[in-house]
Amino acid sequence: MTDNTLLSVEDVAVDLPTPRGNLRAVDRVNLTLGAGQTLGVVGESGCGKTMLSRAILQLLPRKAKLSGRVMFDGQDLLQLSPEKLRKLRGRSLAVVFQDPMTSLNPVLTIGTQLIETLQEHLELDDATATRRSIELLAAVGIPAPEQRLAQYPHQLSGGMRQRVAIAIALSCEPKLLIADEPTTALDVTIQAQILDLLAREQRRRHMAMIIITHDLGVVAGRTDEVAVMYAGRVVERAPTPALFKKMRMPYTEALLAALPRLDAAPHTPLPAISGRPPDPTRPLQGCSFSPRCRYAVARCQTEKPALQAAETSAHQFACFHPIETHAEAGA
Amino acid sequence: MATLELTIDEGVAAQPAKRGRRLGLLFWLAIGWMIFMFAVAILAPVLPLPSPTDMDMLERRAPFSMEHWLGTDGLGRDELSRLIHGARISLVVGLCAPIIGLTLGGALGMLAGYFRGRFESLVVGSMDVLLAFPPLILALAVTAFLGQSILNLTFILGVLGIPAFMRVARAATLTLARREFVIAAQALGATHARILLRELLPNVILPLFAFFLLAVAVTIVVEGALSFLGLGVPPPISSWGTMIGEGRESLDVAPRLAFLPAAAMFLTVLSFNLVGDTLRALTDPRQGAL
Repeated sequence: MTDNTLLSVEDVAVDLPTPRGNLRAVDRVNLTLGAGQTLGVVGESGCGKTMLSRAILQLLPRKAKLSGRVMFDGQDLLQLSPEKLRKLRGRSLAVVFQDPMTSLNPVLTIGTQLIETLQEHLELDDATATRRSIELLAAVGIPAPEQRLAQYPHQLSGGMRQRVAIAIALSCEPKLLIADEPTTALDVTIQAQILDLLAREQRRRHMAMIIITHDLGVVAGRTDEVAVMYAGRVVERAPTPALFKKMRMPYTEALLAALPRLDAAPHTPLPAISGRPPDPTRPLQGCSFSPRCRYAVARCQTEKPALQAAETSAHQFACFHPIETHAEAGA
Repeated sequence: MATLELTIDEGVAAQPAKRGRRLGLLFWLAIGWMIFMFAVAILAPVLPLPSPTDMDMLERRAPFSMEHWLGTDGLGRDELSRLIHGARISLVVGLCAPIIGLTLGGALGMLAGYFRGRFESLVVGSMDVLLAFPPLILALAVTAFLGQSILNLTFILGVLGIPAFMRVARAATLTLARREFVIAAQALGATHARILLRELLPNVILPLFAFFLLAVAVTIVVEGALSFLGLGVPPPISSWGTMIGEGRESLDVAPRLAFLPAAAMFLTVLSFNLVGDTLRALTDPRQGAL
């Protein structure tokens, strides 16, 4: 760990009490993120990606129990007083949510929402705040920003709304931006624009970013490191180039195989991962991916694999039968 | 190859979605009546009207005339003047009482819906207790105990309105507090007060205001009922309810003495209901869509 570390998530676990029993949404996750770095968190629905981001922000549902340590910029967020935490959010930590339809207040104008955020944290006067809002809207690629200030969210398209949400998140120059599936609710052409915008603003402001997505394609060219999550655990973690060069975890391979390919012949069936993620209220004794894994053997059902290093210590995976071994065994 | 016909019929395209057209004539008639009622009630002291309390025993139950446009009542008082001064009482009580309910009930409901937990149980529980009282009986008991005055009447009608406003505000807050923009506001470091006042209140105020107009209508009727029973404003001040009550004695001789204030009350209550309903219909689908 270097001094450059901005965020470190240590042994974080989130438990949600449900009528059917305790649900472990996030299971002892460890992550680190340096200033200006980008981390991609990938996994299918319900694997704990969003809960992890909420745990970092300390915005978990009221009944959720959080354990572990979240160090941000030298402070333990779990020990921080609500008031200090509140000042940190928005100022140093910002989020862009999945659905811009619901993450903007429907009855307030774009201008009100932007200007108030600016004034809340930076104590600007009205004129300065208005000017900065216009600059921000222009920076995120919104045409005619002066006129947009007086408009309501429903007057903008989905892509525009997400740009506004990004502008609000960027307004106070945060050190860390968490983008929770920022493009899932948008169509494909807009997706690329929004991702490019995020990457551009990140470089310009030298902020760290966590992109949460279920799409390996999204993280491929835009992140420094990728963490693949399954059933609340990080099952593979590697620098992005290393991961795509040589993935070790069968789940990562299956996720990648499930991406539609441009070079595939028309009408090629898309390989889906069969079955469903395990019921999180009934944790499996062994590897949680074993029921769906095509390499699974008896040992996988009785013992949980721990994260272990591959060639480099930066590349870690949790599997007894990493993909390469199979290739060698077959050769 | 077939081409997709994308031209829209010009007549359709040229028609802008005008809000005024959708509201309908009835809505504007109701608004017109309300404005007229308010104007007359506010301007009552400056209008060239005879005093509503001066009796003229020689002209009891006089028919319509140039001197008394709507005739006189059983004690020879000018009916039109009493009607207009009665509107002042009915409207003041009808507006002020729901404002009490709107403020207190709305605040309690939003706090309960936002903070949940024990506070919510306490608020909902105490409101259920208040709802369990028969409202008219409670109003009767309080006015009988504290004495008849406009202030007491407004106060008790206002308190009786709190549970309903609380429920409307709480229901709206419950659904809104789970929306992502509230979490987004928290993620931006907003305080609870800011979330309640700036994020939730502008959303909750729409259904609350629509309900407020309906509550005004109900309150005017309840005030009328209390006055009819002789427990509203003390005589000789006129209110519509009192006038109907007094007119009851001469229903066979001069039925207009009861029907004129009844018609005024009917039209006013209908107007408030119509406007309230229209506004509710306007705000409801938008709430669902967003």
